[in-house]
Amino acid sequence: MTEASPPVVEMRGVTKRFLEVTANDAIDFTLYRGEICALLGENGAGKTTLMNILFGYYAADEGEILIKGEPAELGSPRDAITRGVGMIHQHFTLVPSQSVLENIIIGKSAGLFLDMAAAREKLIKLQRRFGLQVDPDALVWTLSVGEQQKVEILKALYRDVDILIMDEPTAVLAPVEVGDLFKTLKTLVEEGRSVVFISHKLNEVMEISDRILVLRRGRLVAERKTEATNTQELVNLMVGRDLLERIEKKPLALGEVVLEIRGLTVEDDKGLAAVKNLDLTVRSREIVGIAGVSGNGQTELSEALFGLRAPAAGTISLQGRLLAPGSPAAAIEAGMARIPEDRIETGLLMDLSVEENLILEKHAGDDFQSRGLLRFPSIHRFSEELVKRFSILTAGRDALVKSLSGGNLQKVILARELSGRTVLVVASQPTRGLDVGAMEYIHQRLLAEQERGSAVLLISEDLDEIFTVSDRMIVMYEGIIMGDVRTNEAVREQIGLWMTGVKA
Amino acid sequence: MMRLRIVKRPPLPGWARIAIPVAAVVTTLLLSAIPILVAGANLWQSYYHLFRGALGTRFNLLETCVKASPLIFTGLAVAFAFRAKFWNIGAEGQLLAGALMATWIGIYWTWVPKFLLLPLIIVAGFLAGGAWAAVPALLKTRLRVDDVVSTLLLNYVMLHILGALLFGPLQQPGSSWPRSSEIMEAAKYPFLMIRSRFHLGIPLALVAVFVLWFINTKTVFGYQSKAVGVNLRAAGFGGISTTAVMMKTALLSGGLAGLAGVGELCALQYRLILDISPGYGYSGIVIAMLGGLHPVGVLFSALFFSVIIVGAQTMSRMTGVPSYIAEVVQGLALMVMLIFLLLTEYRIKVARK
Repeated sequence: MTEASPPVVEMRGVTKRFLEVTANDAIDFTLYRGEICALLGENGAGKTTLMNILFGYYAADEGEILIKGEPAELGSPRDAITRGVGMIHQHFTLVPSQSVLENIIIGKSAGLFLDMAAAREKLIKLQRRFGLQVDPDALVWTLSVGEQQKVEILKALYRDVDILIMDEPTAVLAPVEVGDLFKTLKTLVEEGRSVVFISHKLNEVMEISDRILVLRRGRLVAERKTEATNTQELVNLMVGRDLLERIEKKPLALGEVVLEIRGLTVEDDKGLAAVKNLDLTVRSREIVGIAGVSGNGQTELSEALFGLRAPAAGTISLQGRLLAPGSPAAAIEAGMARIPEDRIETGLLMDLSVEENLILEKHAGDDFQSRGLLRFPSIHRFSEELVKRFSILTAGRDALVKSLSGGNLQKVILARELSGRTVLVVASQPTRGLDVGAMEYIHQRLLAEQERGSAVLLISEDLDEIFTVSDRMIVMYEGIIMGDVRTNEAVREQIGLWMTGVKA
Repeated sequence: MMRLRIVKRPPLPGWARIAIPVAAVVTTLLLSAIPILVAGANLWQSYYHLFRGALGTRFNLLETCVKASPLIFTGLAVAFAFRAKFWNIGAEGQLLAGALMATWIGIYWTWVPKFLLLPLIIVAGFLAGGAWAAVPALLKTRLRVDDVVSTLLLNYVMLHILGALLFGPLQQPGSSWPRSSEIMEAAKYPFLMIRSRFHLGIPLALVAVFVLWFINTKTVFGYQSKAVGVNLRAAGFGGISTTAVMMKTALLSGGLAGLAGVGELCALQYRLILDISPGYGYSGIVIAMLGGLHPVGVLFSALFFSVIIVGAQTMSRMTGVPSYIAEVVQGLALMVMLIFLLLTEYRIKVARK
């Protein structure tokens, strides 16, 4: 932890360019034995790129890398792993249909025969040492995201990694799981290993790290000892201006009931009830936030509302009219603006243009087609107007959506969903993975919809987001509503108890 | 030590869509030199005879067009299906279904007015091919049966149905060969140019190229079909009825392959035989890939393969290289194109250490 100890990693003047964009600009990075070093920065600041270079995933255009004092030419992640560098990406690289043990020994087994017994023993020893309890025989697809992350960590430890890079490890975790992860990371560094923690969440960085490096637009802008800084300073360093979210909520009189859910039961992919007999109403000019630890039925609830999943029982009505179950078209028709939690898999057609994404829900309407032929003049007018109105940063309406940044991807969805006659907005994790600027933009839009008279249902795992935006908050636990409280009367400790299933 | 790595590359500019197939063709021809040399022939002479044999005389040139007609149809069939990620490997079977329908109507529907017979055969042949493609599409959308496997296996089912009919009720009376009687005069495609086999199926194929381009770029269905292909889940989320789109896509794809069968039967063979198609359906896959799944690309790649197939005959006669070289070239072209497509998204980087 002290800088007197020799550095385990030294990166000097590392530069990486992608086309015209300089992702890393002459960055010096040093990592010491036994420390947790946080890389902090907004999306696109170059944190992940820098670590991908250290992991041998990208080759740097300039600069040199020393690992444990030796110059390292990293041709591939395999080179990095043999030098003791492991990286766990946001998207896991596990084989869902295989067991935990099988996943851990993949690519590691030398020789003709597998010594499963020895591998199991080694795994169990590692688990005991670091408190990473996962059943070695469980199939990976049956595990929660938090457990899968443990498997990834075990996989790295199994390969004798002593420099562990974690890319946004908490983005997918529930608060309880975050605590477990932090405990594991602390044990790791106590044993003399080193951890790089990539994040843009200030509180977590303050809690877990020993030292913080702040990146902004590909440059290293600051280095701080964690105990010698505070969140306000870090925010200023990160965004280069004072940008703590300031949202003004106007007091609004509630209108009539817009969304009415009665006795809703929704099953998950395994056929188990994930939402149980749920009742909920949301009124016009009301923002209801649904909080809860991930995996407590929020995803299934949103999918039932979106029409992606037919409920097993119960009804959903909009403005007093029953919504046809399992029909996205019916939800669109009824005036529901839907922001899915998985932007890339559910919300967008990544290989199509901005325009083709914007017209997805409206292309078959009379404005945009006649007798099966698309009416391009009005389509172009529509998409250009939306690009302008939602300030989508793109080369043009014909640019492929996959060329856009995360915040602009979400803007494309917002633009599409809010372009029609909206009576209800259902937003599921709308700001997950977005930087402060994009987050604020999305919150403003939700508030604008509310002022216009829409009902808003905001499903989020980010408790701060719910406290900032919603008028009323509901806590979901194992598919039922644990608590329902006006936001200005809500107490964090109480919410926390509800989230863990304690009824008080 | 030198090592090769595969790394993702930035998206290529628009001209690459044309440059890549062209580069693939050139590379294929270069690689084809190896089997030609192995066969012991002179390389330049061989290529000379290949191209002269396909393009050198009026007759040969028109013969190349004749060959191109079924290849354009099956190429379009596969290209349209693949664009929607309906992995139709079954154009061969759908072609046979079209030919079978044309045979049946062409022989037995004697009560149909003469001027109506050919239009009727074309429509029915289209529907027969479409229906045969609808089977795996139904299995895919209702029961999630893998379409690669089902479309491929249904080729053999159709081939055996043909065999059973040609040794049974469809067999020409008095014949011991598995072949049907000849279709009526009015069921035959007219020839459009004297002293050649340049028939109605060739302009029809060009019309199909245009129609498919039009559907792809101008219609609601073309948009929906593309959306389903890009991301099935997101298309469904956006309110598109993905099963209906998938079924319509299969119908159109199979129908186009069916028209290839109609053309072969009504323009060239006049009677159904088991080997009415020398694998046009499978060639369609290569042609679709080489053509970048674009209708105009399919047109050019079908022409390229017609040149190879027709020219290989002459080359074989003049140089002794077996005409099977045409199939070798097709195989090479598919592999080269697949590698080139991989290289449009990734590039190989040499790392020194």
